Amino acid sequence: MSKVVEVRRLTKSYGSVIAVNQVSFSIEAGKIYGLLGRNGAGKTTIMQIITAQLFPTSGDVKAFGEAPYENIRVLSQICFVKDSQKYPNGYRVLDVLHQAAFFFPHWDREYAFALIKDFRLPLNRRMKALSRGMLSTVGIIVGLASRAPLTIFDEPYLGLDAVARGIFYDRLLEDYTEHPRTVILSTHLIDEVSRLLEHILVIDQGRLMLDEEADALRGRAFAVVGPAATVDTYTVGKEVLDRELLGGLVSATVMGNGNASDRQQAEALGLELAPVSLQQLIVHLTSGKYERKAVKVR
Amino acid sequence: MSHVIDDTRPIFVQIAERIENDIIAGELAEEAQVPSTNQFASFYQINPATAAKGVNLLVDQGILYKKRGLGMYVAPGARTRLLEKRREQFYEQYVVTMIREAEKLGITQEQMADMIQRGVKV
Repeated sequence: MSKVVEVRRLTKSYGSVIAVNQVSFSIEAGKIYGLLGRNGAGKTTIMQIITAQLFPTSGDVKAFGEAPYENIRVLSQICFVKDSQKYPNGYRVLDVLHQAAFFFPHWDREYAFALIKDFRLPLNRRMKALSRGMLSTVGIIVGLASRAPLTIFDEPYLGLDAVARGIFYDRLLEDYTEHPRTVILSTHLIDEVSRLLEHILVIDQGRLMLDEEADALRGRAFAVVGPAATVDTYTVGKEVLDRELLGGLVSATVMGNGNASDRQQAEALGLELAPVSLQQLIVHLTSGKYERKAVKVR
Repeated sequence: MSHVIDDTRPIFVQIAERIENDIIAGELAEEAQVPSTNQFASFYQINPATAAKGVNLLVDQGILYKKRGLGMYVAPGARTRLLEKRREQFYEQYVVTMIREAEKLGITQEQMADMIQRGVKV
């Protein structure tokens, strides 16, 4: 499958602070990716480098097979939606749409206006007079209607209520189905978006922690609950992500698919097994309590 | 079975199970057309590639088959084969679990047989 983005040993440091540390991954064409991690993990920095808004300290980034810097062939194929987007003075919603039509070769004007209606956005309102949620909505509409071969949404829903977020997810899935393209969704609202994602990248403290198919991560970990000593006997030799005390009981989150042999061993010890959701798994991986070796550089 | 997708098991497996359930319940008859991948994706709000993986799992097992240019259809004999598979799972999933739980609670085999009789009448 063709690669839309290739990142090799990417590092970005600010003085002694390393924001992105030796990160390597690639983005394949036509998939929806989730770039997940806590605030300050380095997600935005990585996306800014891919979209040529920042220079890396070291490492190599290619988008559509070329270096993105001052490369109009590459940049016209990318739409980067971020919550800190600035607009020229006096711009109205309508002006932003006109500007987008000019910049994005695949812009769909009719679709943009249909989305304006869906989100109930006032076309002639000045950008400065929009609420936080409405500003986010403008970004989302530009991102969807750009139909850019690579569309990046960086926490695009600041100030959006649950209803508007729901409309966003619906429209994204619908339009992606009709017009397949590559989408990167950077978010910490994992539960809300996880079903939309085909592939997941998890960044923690500047490092790549996970690079896997989303569905392969579901059911990848399970929890065992029981008396502390028994749980500890059970977890010997297993990869433990988290260990929590609940009164005299311990709940340990363990990597593994909870298959028949895991189950029998747990039952023989009188322990209970419970499933772990994708969101819980990622929270455990990035909570800082657990030190996992970052994904090896290929 | 719940109609909500849960996030603790692979979604493609859950999609395959739903289709199996519909075939077993007779809602999807043999030689009937199965909803498209995109219909599954939009109904359950899931990634279309994930939905496709669930459908393809059943194609690989010969439960569904593809009519070129038309879509996916339920294979002849699919229901019988699914019933056999589910009956084996029934023993593992329900009978074995029930016996273990009964032992824990001190329920004798006779009491259990009585309970089954009582349950059948309800």
